Amino acid sequence: MESFPILSLTTFLPLIGVAFILLIRGDELTVARNARWATLWTSLATFVISLLLWLNFDKSTADFQFVERLEWLPSFNIAYHMGIDGISLFFVILSTFLTPICVLASWKAITTRVKEYMIAFLVLETMMIGTFAALDFVMFYIFFEAVLIPMFIIIGVWGGPRRVYAAFKFFLYTLAGSVLLLAALLTLYFEVGTTDIPTLIAYAVPPEMQTWLWLAFFASFAVKMPMWPVHTWLPDAHVEAPTAGSVILAGVLLKMGGYGFLRFSLPMLPIASEQFVPLIYTLSVIAIIYTSLVALAQEDMKKLIAYSSVAHMGFVTIGIFTATQQGIDGAMFQMLSHGIISAALFLCVGVVYDREHSREIAHYGGLVERMPRFAFVFMIFMLGSVGLPGTGGFVGEFLILVGAFQDNTWVASLASTGVILGAAYMLYLYRRVIFGKLDKEHLKQILDLEPREIAIFTPLVILVFWMGIWPDPFLSVFDATVSNLLQNYQSAVAVAGPLNLAGR
Amino acid sequence: MNISADLAVIQPELFVAIAAMGMLMFGAFRKENPARIVSWMGVGVFVVAGVLVFAGPSDTSLAFGSQFIVDDFAVFAKILLIAGAALSLILAVPYNLREGIDQFEFPILIVFAVLGMMMMVSANDLISLYLGIELQSLALYVVAAIRRDTLRSSEAGLKYFVLGALSSGILLYGMSLVYGFAGSTNFEVLAQVFGADESASIGVIVGIVFIAAGLAFKVSAVPFHMWTPDVYEGAPTPVTAFFAIAPKIAAMALFVRVMLEPFGALVLEWQQVIWFISLASMMLGSFAAIVQTNIKRLMAYSSIGHMGFVLVGLAAGNEQGVTGILLYLTIYLFMNIGTFGCILAMRRGGQMVEDINSLAGLSKTNPMMALALAIFMFSMAGIPPLGGFFAKFFVFKAAIDAELYVLAVAGLLTSVVGAFYYLRIVKLMYFDESAEPFDKFLGREISVLVTVTAVITAFFFIGLGPVLTGAQTAAAALFAA
Repeated sequence: MESFPILSLTTFLPLIGVAFILLIRGDELTVARNARWATLWTSLATFVISLLLWLNFDKSTADFQFVERLEWLPSFNIAYHMGIDGISLFFVILSTFLTPICVLASWKAITTRVKEYMIAFLVLETMMIGTFAALDFVMFYIFFEAVLIPMFIIIGVWGGPRRVYAAFKFFLYTLAGSVLLLAALLTLYFEVGTTDIPTLIAYAVPPEMQTWLWLAFFASFAVKMPMWPVHTWLPDAHVEAPTAGSVILAGVLLKMGGYGFLRFSLPMLPIASEQFVPLIYTLSVIAIIYTSLVALAQEDMKKLIAYSSVAHMGFVTIGIFTATQQGIDGAMFQMLSHGIISAALFLCVGVVYDREHSREIAHYGGLVERMPRFAFVFMIFMLGSVGLPGTGGFVGEFLILVGAFQDNTWVASLASTGVILGAAYMLYLYRRVIFGKLDKEHLKQILDLEPREIAIFTPLVILVFWMGIWPDPFLSVFDATVSNLLQNYQSAVAVAGPLNLAGR
Repeated sequence: MNISADLAVIQPELFVAIAAMGMLMFGAFRKENPARIVSWMGVGVFVVAGVLVFAGPSDTSLAFGSQFIVDDFAVFAKILLIAGAALSLILAVPYNLREGIDQFEFPILIVFAVLGMMMMVSANDLISLYLGIELQSLALYVVAAIRRDTLRSSEAGLKYFVLGALSSGILLYGMSLVYGFAGSTNFEVLAQVFGADESASIGVIVGIVFIAAGLAFKVSAVPFHMWTPDVYEGAPTPVTAFFAIAPKIAAMALFVRVMLEPFGALVLEWQQVIWFISLASMMLGSFAAIVQTNIKRLMAYSSIGHMGFVLVGLAAGNEQGVTGILLYLTIYLFMNIGTFGCILAMRRGGQMVEDINSLAGLSKTNPMMALALAIFMFSMAGIPPLGGFFAKFFVFKAAIDAELYVLAVAGLLTSVVGAFYYLRIVKLMYFDESAEPFDKFLGREISVLVTVTAVITAFFFIGLGPVLTGAQTAAAALFAA
């Protein structure tokens, strides 16, 4: 497999699908139907190819695999350099896995400008995979930023009533964070003379530079993550985006922040990362408790899940910055399981939204009587989000808390309250939507899941249980990479430790 | 002193000058309206001139007692400005015909203006610099007022003339101070004088500041930008397109050469001036554009902002900076030609519309045009992977290399503000309900140009390597001495 550019193929295959869609001619309905099928097949093919990455992945090494390198701007030391390691593999697969699900979820919900919609999703898929697979900082930045364009269009064109506001807020918030990342990138480039990520990771950045660079990285990744207090774009974007847009937003785009911390902040700037642990802990704990409380008070289902995402991402940031094997493993796992579960929850909301065109919790009640299958599926994901043992959500949260306990018991205990609050708002949501008497007139005729929707949910349900019952296939993949990262991190901190204290 | 060697160096300029006079004769003696033919002759002249520039001497050569210089930097800038002028002339042909301003003098004036610009770019002496600027400006004043029976166009021409004359005065005053204190007007002599002398006298500093102010007028950098929105709005649209591109490229190239060659040794004295006008231009360009409703005014503020970004490269004052500037100007050229092509296509019932809101719902009524304009807008906002991102990337890289961190961060943040109004146009086209559609037929020239420039802007990263190498070679020429 060395010579075959399988990673580039995964990355750019969706664009070939775009080319196909552009060639479709005919009247509007034909174009829409063909565009849907073309997108579905393209994204499924991409998914299958990305599974080859997993099959051929060597778990025993922390090195980058499937590496491809082409000279692009040799005089500037900027190259087309792609490769994945244990951290990025699953994000690539998560992106390729969720895209066909999004296409299926939009099958009937999107009726206007279907062709453009599908093109936007395929372009988005390429950009997402590219973000996780890029091994050159400039390449990474290009993909990372380019994600904004299709997402902006998706929210703005196919979104809800306040879509324009939400799209602008999403775009400008993220862009403001990203340009600081760009400034940091340029500074690092100036210091090291290359933008090659493996070289940058190996380079010891002077401690006095690390602080500023770290803050600039933080500005970008914290917005993307999103961390409190820069999370406010997320509820707006989630509420206004079409279902599939929310799925991608929650499932993949939020993970770019966590991926950024793991790929850049921690390995490149270990000393500053160590310094800023208290800041991260404080913001994360506030995020967990505050946004959980906010979620409890929501009247809108999507907003509730959006706030729960912020809380769950708070766990992830704690896990990453504990700098322990369990913590980082847990953070990785939490990101994956959240990618599945929150995506599934948004799809659940999408199911009832497609039927009733309302996201108000008060609009529903007693759905179990008419929609038993839906109630069952919704319950699984709700419990997964709560972190019930046996579901994917549990493993991540548990590992993160184990990691946090080793570092700081206060943080661990405060974060644990988030688990309880999480159970509270999710169960409360479930009670209001599913249980109770079905006394609302307009719900009397509501239909249960149709085959297409069952097809969407089946793989997700399987994954949630798989991740909860037998997490080893996932954990073993990032094990080597994470322990290597930690080794380098700790030796860097140990070298700088005494110096740092002397400086204070 | 060998006159034929000198003439060989100025071959392209010589050709343009003779061709322009030939076009004038042809136009004057032809019976039916020769505007269209003369316009295409103008385009042909530019093509030949571009080839002559490209095929010219490969090493740095001087002419006429080192008044005139041809180096890689001049060649790069000339090709850019000739391309810009040629493309905007093509845009103008169908417009002028429809609007009934198809005088054959128009292309001739453009050709003369370009001759002036070529002089500016190749100037190696304060006197030849001034000659180039005046030749360019006089032609531009007339072009701005070419639609002499409308108030707005005459007003634009007059405003441009008065303020342009003022800036020329300021420039001359600065030049006289520099001459008085340094004893020469030649760039090389000046460079030697300042290079040997560690501290410049206050008179020289004042002179440099005046020269910088005069040139800032020409590139419409804040605080000398006031004429830009009015002139852009008042002048006929193809003229605006021309103003936004070729003169900006020429003036910026001249600005770079003047600051880095004769005054290169004094970089610490003038850096803060450029630093300030750069930051002020970026900020004003971003903030003032937000409230604009006229697309041409918007483009005026946009170009002020872009000039601010370009000046970041000059403020850096290093080779990287000049490379970034040349790359920026290249991408700027394509983005602007395309955008103005789209603006020229904004017609309803045979009338130009300039209100931004008339773009509403364009993605439904004219999807290809909307897509092209969206590409230009995202590119101008500097979103990768479009061309505009690379333009910004390399000027800011130069700023970081020169340790101008504050300027770089502030500039990047203003680009976020700028993104807001570019996005607003995308929003109008894609998110809003459609307004009345525009007239279908744009003219073949415009559709071709818009398509080509949109493709170039979107896929610029493919050709980035060679362009960058060219820009690097050109930049190296300025720092060779």
